[in-house]
Amino acid sequence: MTQSYVTPKPSRPWRPSPREKAINISLIVASVFSAYTLVAVTEMKGKLAYFFVFFAALAIFNLIRGVITKDWMNGRDQFSSVIMLLGMTIVILPTASILYTVFDRGRRGLHAGLLTNDMSLATPSDPITSGGLLHAIVGTFLLVAVALLVSLPIGILTALYLTEIKGRFTRPIRFLVQAMSGVPSIVAGLFILSSVVYTVTKSYSGLVGSLALTILMIPTIARTAEEVLNLIPNDLREAGVALGGTQWRTVAMGVIPAARSGLITALILGVARIVGETAPILLLTGGGDAVNFNPAQGAMGSLPFYIWKSFLLGTEESITRGWAGLLVLLVLVLSLFLLARFLGSRRTK
Amino acid sequence: MTMLENKGPAAIPSPREITTEPRFSDKLFRAIVTTGGLSSLVILGLIAVFLGYQGFEILAKEGISFITTSEWTVEVDSFGTITNTTFGLAAMLVGTILCAFIAVLIAVPVSVAAAIFLSFYAPASLKRVLVSIIDLMAAFPSILFGFWGLFVLMPSAEYWAKLINRYLGFIPIFEVDPPIFTRSPFIAGVVLAIMIIPIVTSISREVFSQTPLDRIQAAYALGATRWNVIRTVALPYARGGIVGGSMLGLGRAMGETVAVYTVLNIVYQINWQVLFGAGGNVASLILLKFGEAQPYEIKALMAAGLVLFLLTLFVNFIADQIVAKSGSKGR
Repeated sequence: MTQSYVTPKPSRPWRPSPREKAINISLIVASVFSAYTLVAVTEMKGKLAYFFVFFAALAIFNLIRGVITKDWMNGRDQFSSVIMLLGMTIVILPTASILYTVFDRGRRGLHAGLLTNDMSLATPSDPITSGGLLHAIVGTFLLVAVALLVSLPIGILTALYLTEIKGRFTRPIRFLVQAMSGVPSIVAGLFILSSVVYTVTKSYSGLVGSLALTILMIPTIARTAEEVLNLIPNDLREAGVALGGTQWRTVAMGVIPAARSGLITALILGVARIVGETAPILLLTGGGDAVNFNPAQGAMGSLPFYIWKSFLLGTEESITRGWAGLLVLLVLVLSLFLLARFLGSRRTK
Repeated sequence: MTMLENKGPAAIPSPREITTEPRFSDKLFRAIVTTGGLSSLVILGLIAVFLGYQGFEILAKEGISFITTSEWTVEVDSFGTITNTTFGLAAMLVGTILCAFIAVLIAVPVSVAAAIFLSFYAPASLKRVLVSIIDLMAAFPSILFGFWGLFVLMPSAEYWAKLINRYLGFIPIFEVDPPIFTRSPFIAGVVLAIMIIPIVTSISREVFSQTPLDRIQAAYALGATRWNVIRTVALPYARGGIVGGSMLGLGRAMGETVAVYTVLNIVYQINWQVLFGAGGNVASLILLKFGEAQPYEIKALMAAGLVLFLLTLFVNFIADQIVAKSGSKGR
């Protein structure tokens, strides 16, 4: 009773074979080569020219390859895949360029006192080592904190209305939140100017700046919080009500604690949305050069204002200062973003 | 048993009243949440009311010519009193629409291609990284795009503008009369395009991911290539969502202030030559004029803000309608 089994060799027919890989690589090499020749021969020049000619050549070579190996339909398929890759690359390129530029140019403006001095005794045209960003960082921190105090409750209440109450106004409110996220930031600034500054406070301060930021922040918080609350399984709500809890107890003791890390993500994304917001800040805060801990009174400096002022002055030192300010702002946005990502990924596990 | 016997017949409790009436705490909770939920309505309403209130005087005086003429002058005599004013927003409205349309024209094909790449080509691990990068790009502040556009993008964009002008200059909109290529609406449009790419890409990707899997598999089973599937199943299905996402991007591009102010050379004239270095938009006009404006001119700026607000609200409304209707169509 001996029966010999032939174990089939594991094969992966969907993977490209060595021959196909070799063709792929040679096509890429050929595209690089033709990009260099074409750029050298014609009057196109610059990195972008290399980039576009490379992709055009790659697309055409792939089209030809597809037609030769199979048929016209396959050729078009190969061609379109290169075009989609081109689109993706165009999306990624500016991000890479922005990150590189800011880190590269902002680096030159860094010095020991950057985070501990303010600009009250220095002008932006002074040598880089004098003055610093302390007033701007304190100002940005206060602006964000005050804006958060107002917009977090409103944003979460809006999200709760959309997910827990689901009343008559659900559809219009969802639209209004969407519309609010499209309100131009300068309009938010003008609104606070006309409604608060001209009628009540009669002066610029950090507080009114925060109010304008609140308008921009509420939709971000509301929409993220809505998404998060929608992820909470309905079983939790039903269990709460079945145990005899009122809706209030169910939401406060069950739903919100379950969604806590997601709500923190919503908060962080809201902060990231407004931390670099410039237009309303320019209209409303006055932009002081000294550290000011009182948001209700006096001009309040902030990172966007500092960057704006430094760039607009236009001397070599002030532009370097502007890039350094952008670097600090970008690091702030990046760390907020990574924090939100981290919390978001922990939530889904 | 014994205990029950001892208690006697009176132990039967009176039936609890069963009601669907919410308790007081719930009523309060619902009232508070509903109030909070309506805050977006209140805020949007207040924006319209206050800007309208402040700008009413100007709107009443200028009438329809506020949006149809393009002259913005404030004449002041030697004592600083205003003698004559004309406020017409048309040049800036044209600039707003021009820049936003350039941005959408550039951003939409790129974003849709990127969304298709993410949905149908990218391996899962690469996709996660790329989606993170696009989300990060959406979180970049506009001042970053503005100064990056001014210092890094401008030189190469100017060169490309010159090439376009040389080979396509016979088309009227690509004409450049005095050869000034810096700070043109074209460059502002490119910067705005980069700013709205993340929104359009993520909305397109979302609608692509909702394409019914059975239709995709049916197409593959019939022998379709990947491109056939995209063209005949995914794109028709996602068309509405893509149009809606582009409209949202258009709305963002119209309201952008800081990036346009930094990149564009703001000149108060109607300029259809997209490569010529002059233009502007309503938002950047407000920022430009605000610094030296007297109270009377600020009222005109408020009216301009109202026009911008209503414009973006309208675009957002259309976008919302399109997105809401999409998702059920497709072959």
